[in-house]
Amino acid sequence: MSAAIQIDADRCTACGACVTACPFGALSVDGVAKVDAALCTLCGACVEACPCEAITRAEATQTAVAGIWRDVWVFVETDDAHIHPVVFELLGEGRRLADALGERLVAVLLGHGVGAFTTALVAGGADAVLAVDRPELAAVQDEPYAAVLAELIRRHRPAIVLCGATPVGRSLIPRVAVLTGAGLTADCTALAIDPRTRHLLQTRPAFGGNLFATIECPTARPQMATVRPRVMQAAVADPARRGEVRLEEVARALLTARAVRTGYAPDTSATVGIADAAVIVAGGRGMQKAEHFRLLEDLAGVLGGGVGATRAAVDAGWIPYARQIGQTGRTVAPRLYIACGISGQVQHLAGMSSAEIIVAINKDPEAPIFKIASFGLVGDALTIVPLLTAALRQP
Amino acid sequence: MNIVVCIKQVPDTADVKIDPRTNTLMREGVRSMVNPFDTYAIEEALRLRARHGGRVVALSMGPAQAERALREALAMGADEAVLLCDRPFAGSDTWATSLTLAAAIRRMGNVDLILFGKQAADGDTAQVGPGVAAHLDLPAITYVRRLVGLADGRLTAERLMENGCETVCTTLPCVLTAVKELNDPRLPSLAGVLRARAAAITRWGAQDLGLAPDRVGLDGSPTRVVRIFAPPARSGGVMLHGTPAAMATELAGRLRALVAAPAGAGQEAGA
Repeated sequence: MSAAIQIDADRCTACGACVTACPFGALSVDGVAKVDAALCTLCGACVEACPCEAITRAEATQTAVAGIWRDVWVFVETDDAHIHPVVFELLGEGRRLADALGERLVAVLLGHGVGAFTTALVAGGADAVLAVDRPELAAVQDEPYAAVLAELIRRHRPAIVLCGATPVGRSLIPRVAVLTGAGLTADCTALAIDPRTRHLLQTRPAFGGNLFATIECPTARPQMATVRPRVMQAAVADPARRGEVRLEEVARALLTARAVRTGYAPDTSATVGIADAAVIVAGGRGMQKAEHFRLLEDLAGVLGGGVGATRAAVDAGWIPYARQIGQTGRTVAPRLYIACGISGQVQHLAGMSSAEIIVAINKDPEAPIFKIASFGLVGDALTIVPLLTAALRQP
Repeated sequence: MNIVVCIKQVPDTADVKIDPRTNTLMREGVRSMVNPFDTYAIEEALRLRARHGGRVVALSMGPAQAERALREALAMGADEAVLLCDRPFAGSDTWATSLTLAAAIRRMGNVDLILFGKQAADGDTAQVGPGVAAHLDLPAITYVRRLVGLADGRLTAERLMENGCETVCTTLPCVLTAVKELNDPRLPSLAGVLRARAAAITRWGAQDLGLAPDRVGLDGSPTRVVRIFAPPARSGGVMLHGTPAAMATELAGRLRALVAAPAGAGQEAGA
C-alpha cells in the first residue's frame, strides 16, 4: 500500500483546524475534511493539528531498522592548517546526543598529514578519531571524500552522522547520503534524541524561516544532518581527555576525482568574512551609496566583525555578492547583527533571523526589522553609525 | 551540447505569512514563482547554447500547476520542457527527488550538462543538485559563480566558498549548481511568452521512468516531517529614544555589557 493521508469521517467535526494548518492548501472542509491528493505532500501538519484525532498518515509497511547502527559521528572539516570552528560545536552537541544514547562520539578526519588535529578533537569531546590519511585527500573534493565517507559508514555503521552546514558540508554530504541510502536533513538548528524511539529529531527552518519543521528517519540509517554554524555550543576543551585514534585504509579506486580543485583565491577584502563572524554589521538601501559602507567597515572594525548587505545594496553594486545576506545570498547566525538602513523584508530576514542579538537602525519607525530587533533606534544610520563607532572606541 | 536545467516552482516567500492567531502558514493569495536561484541556471544554459549550440530542456517535478514554472523557462528560451507529475511522487524528500530527477535525465540520454539553482527558496536544502550527481555517478561543481572555460569535454568554473573562491576543473557530463553572481537572467520576450503558452509539455510518471512506486515519493524517502510549527516569537525588544548621540551612547553601553556576558545572555536582552 502506498502512503496517504486518511480522514475518519466519523471523528471529523469539520472544525477546519487542518485547513489552516496545511502549508500546501491541500485541505478543504465540505461537511467533512477532504484532501486534494494533487496538492498534498504528506507532510503530516494536519495530523498534528487535528483536535479530534480524525486524521492519520498511513505509511507503507515499514521494516524495522536493520542490524545494529551505533555511535555518533562528526565529520571534521579542515582547510589547510585549521579545523573549522563548527567542528567543535558539533562535538559539543554530538557529545550530548551520544550520552543520551549511551554510545560513543567519533570524529571522522579525512586529509593528508592530519595527525596533528587528533588531540584537539579528543579534547573537544570525541571518544575516538577515525582517520584516513592520503595525499589524494589533501584538499576537500566531493567525489573522493564522499566515496571514502560512504565506505567508512558501510564498515562501521554509525547511527548518526553530523556535518557543518558550511558550503563544503552542504556540497559533500548529500552525495554521501545518496551513496549510503541515508536520510539527510539540511541546516539543522536543533537536535534531540526521542527518548522513546531513540531516533534523532532534527529541527530546521523552512519557507525562509517562516516555519520550523522537525524531521526524523524512521528506518533509514545512518541519520545524517548538516548543522548551522554558530548555533550549537562547543564544549570547553579538556586536554586531560583520552581517546583512541584509529587510522583506516581505503582502496585507491575510491580516491579518484573527476572534478578537481585547481586553485583557490581567498576573499581579500579589508574586513573579516561574514560566514563565521561573531559580529556582522549590515547595510541596506538606507546606506544610499557605496562610499557610505566605509562607515559600516569602521564599526565592524571596532567590534572585530564583518560587513554584510541586503540584496538591494548588492544589486546597486555597493558591495560584492559574497557579502549578501538573505534568501539569494548567505545565511548567517552571528551573536550580534547590526542592521543599518535595512527595512527587513522577509527575504533578508530569512538569512539572519537566528542571530542572537539584533540591533536595528532605520529612519522608518514602521520598518519590519524593528519587530525582531533586540534594540531599535529610529534615525538615520548615516548619522548614528559613526556616533556608535566613536562611543565604542571610548575606553 | 545537450543541457538539462532542473527547476522548482516555489511559493513567493514575500507572500508567506503566519496567521498570528493559529501560528500556521497562510496560503491564501500566495503566488508561486520559479525558484530565484533556478533563473540563473536557466540563463546560463541559454548562454551556453548560444555559444556552443545544442538544446536546453527544462525539467521539473511537482503537481500539475508546476507547468507554469516550466512555461516561464520556455518563455525565456528553453527548447523543451518535461514535468514529472504522478501521484506516487508526492511526499518526496531530497533523496527521492534526486532519484526521480536522475531517472528522468537517464531516460533523456546523451546529456552533457545538468544545471540547478544552488537551493530552493522553500526548502533551502541545496541537496538535490549534488544528490542527482551522486545518483548518476557524475562529478559536480556547486555554488558556481563564473564559468571560466568549456572546451574539449572539460569545464572549468569558479565556485563561491565560505571565505573565498575555488577554481574547479571537471570532465563532462557534469552537474553545476548556480549562485546569483553567475549572470543576470533575461526577461522573457513577447514572442517567447506566446511560444511558451502554445508549447506542449511532456509528462512522465513513475512507470515512464521505470521506478517502482515504493522507491519514490514518501515511501522512497528516508526522512519524515513529524512536526511543523511557527518559529518562537522574538520578544523583549527595546526601543531606544533621544538624540542620535544619546541613542548611540546608550547602545554602546548595552553592547559592551552583552559582549562581556557569555553567549546566550542576549536571549534575555532588554527583558
